[in-house]
Amino acid sequence: MNISSLLSAVPGALSQGVLWGVMVIGVYITFRLLDIADMTCDGSFSLGGCVCAVLIVNFNVNPVIAILASIIAGSLAGCVTGLLHTVFEIPAILAGILTQYSLWSINLRIMGGKSNVPLLKSKTIFSGLVEMTGLRNSHVALIIGVVIAIVVVMVLYWFFGTELGASLRATGNNENMIRALGVDIKKTKLLALMIANGLVAFAGALVCQSQKYADINMGTGAIVIGLASIVIGEVLFSRFKSFYMKLSSAIVGCCTYFLIRAVVLWLGLDPNDMKLLSAIIVALALATPVAMAKYRTKKAYSPNGGTEHAGN
Amino acid sequence: MLEIKDVFKTFNAGTINEKRALNGVNLKLNEGDFVTIIGGNGAGKSTTLNMIAGVYPIDRGTITIDGVDVSTWPEHKRAQFLGRVFQDPMMGTAAGMEIEENLALAYRRGKKRTLKWGVTNEERDIYREELKILGLGLENRMNTKVGLLSGGQRQALTLLMATLQQPKVLLLDEHTAALDPKTAKTVLDLTEHIIEENHLTALMVTHNMKDAIRMGNRLIMMQDGRVIYDVAGEEKKNLKVSDLLAKFQEASGTEFANDRMMLS
Repeated sequence: MNISSLLSAVPGALSQGVLWGVMVIGVYITFRLLDIADMTCDGSFSLGGCVCAVLIVNFNVNPVIAILASIIAGSLAGCVTGLLHTVFEIPAILAGILTQYSLWSINLRIMGGKSNVPLLKSKTIFSGLVEMTGLRNSHVALIIGVVIAIVVVMVLYWFFGTELGASLRATGNNENMIRALGVDIKKTKLLALMIANGLVAFAGALVCQSQKYADINMGTGAIVIGLASIVIGEVLFSRFKSFYMKLSSAIVGCCTYFLIRAVVLWLGLDPNDMKLLSAIIVALALATPVAMAKYRTKKAYSPNGGTEHAGN
Repeated sequence: MLEIKDVFKTFNAGTINEKRALNGVNLKLNEGDFVTIIGGNGAGKSTTLNMIAGVYPIDRGTITIDGVDVSTWPEHKRAQFLGRVFQDPMMGTAAGMEIEENLALAYRRGKKRTLKWGVTNEERDIYREELKILGLGLENRMNTKVGLLSGGQRQALTLLMATLQQPKVLLLDEHTAALDPKTAKTVLDLTEHIIEENHLTALMVTHNMKDAIRMGNRLIMMQDGRVIYDVAGEEKKNLKVSDLLAKFQEASGTEFANDRMMLS
């Protein structure tokens, strides 16, 4: 257990953090802007990876086009959840679980019944730069990942500033108001779920290309990783209020998450314990404000009129 | 401008909680009418406004706004004709968004939301001028999150948002009931000012009989899901609270029962 082995793991952790960060932005849109915990994302992350791998390996498709196809597939998955939720009024969490569940079978079908598709020597969006510069895979993944993350943040910043994007934010803020102002919240929710899952599948495709295989289980627990990253990012960026920074905090939170993970592995802990750790992070972050509020309420009470705290 | 014909609505039909909320409502508003609505508990005042806005589908009858039959239209589609202010000050604004963003959302009521930028500079000038009318100093705080405003400020802002795009009908559902008396008066004065200035057609539910008599050019009283009294012009101006109470007993055969109604 020496420091240099930890340091050598940092670029890999950061590159994973940035690529997964694209997924976290998707989760941010549903969880923070719409107040929906979208369970679809475990399935749509794998979906993105599976579609990408199969297109590249079986159909020799250009890796960029394979990614675009993954994004479309992901938004279709989001569309299914959205329709179940808006048209048939199934609670959002259950609608997401149903889609996620069905995606497991669909992803296996896409991969021809195999649970794992290796890319082997196929070209990826990273391989060109690796050959050209001779840099290590993780470094190239980090560079390209950062560029992609910046572009995604900029595009979303623009979108949520438009009339349509603003009505989408307002849907998460106050459904009654935005309906009274003439917006069909079914459409805005559907759109948000499609964008979010498109991003999640985008990340799935990126991760698939960087790790050079797609796996049926690659998205398992993605929602919790996403929530943990959002929470970590919000703590780190709590001083910043602008929308730019909020979107960026999702990516930074995700990088931090994977750094924590690298440290945990370096300390010799079982990687399987990472799920427990993630769940604890999310539970703590969601529980702390509630516990604090209860504590304050309890402390503010005093049996003889509360002169001490109320001031008069 | 607005015509409600034989509208019926029963909630929870066929269950033990069955409630006939509207029992054949008929009402016709002419252009420029400013009508105040009073009535006892469960008389159907708010339900009438909600039916006009399309919050729930009606069971029977027709609702026509500006010559268009909107009886089966969803709420968001009817919004192009309607400005609405709710009883709950939290309901009419988006707390997590800035004042100017809220205004920009309202400025586009009933229009298609495109990928054009959400707030333009020309609009900001318009909003600043409009906010000045409120006299609350909000024109200098356009980038403040609405959640930081008081209930009265939010209600005044909602009123402005409801009228930023001239509505065919303005629906005010006890919009000062949740405010303290002083703030309520400010918001009511604003309401009168804005309605007069823009020659709006408006329906205002109130629990304050004095306000109901003082404001608007017409007053209706509802009971058991029906309009039981409809008075306008000089006759309305000369009404007294005691007249209304008498009218109510005569029409319904019971004492006026509304635990929130202010009699003085």
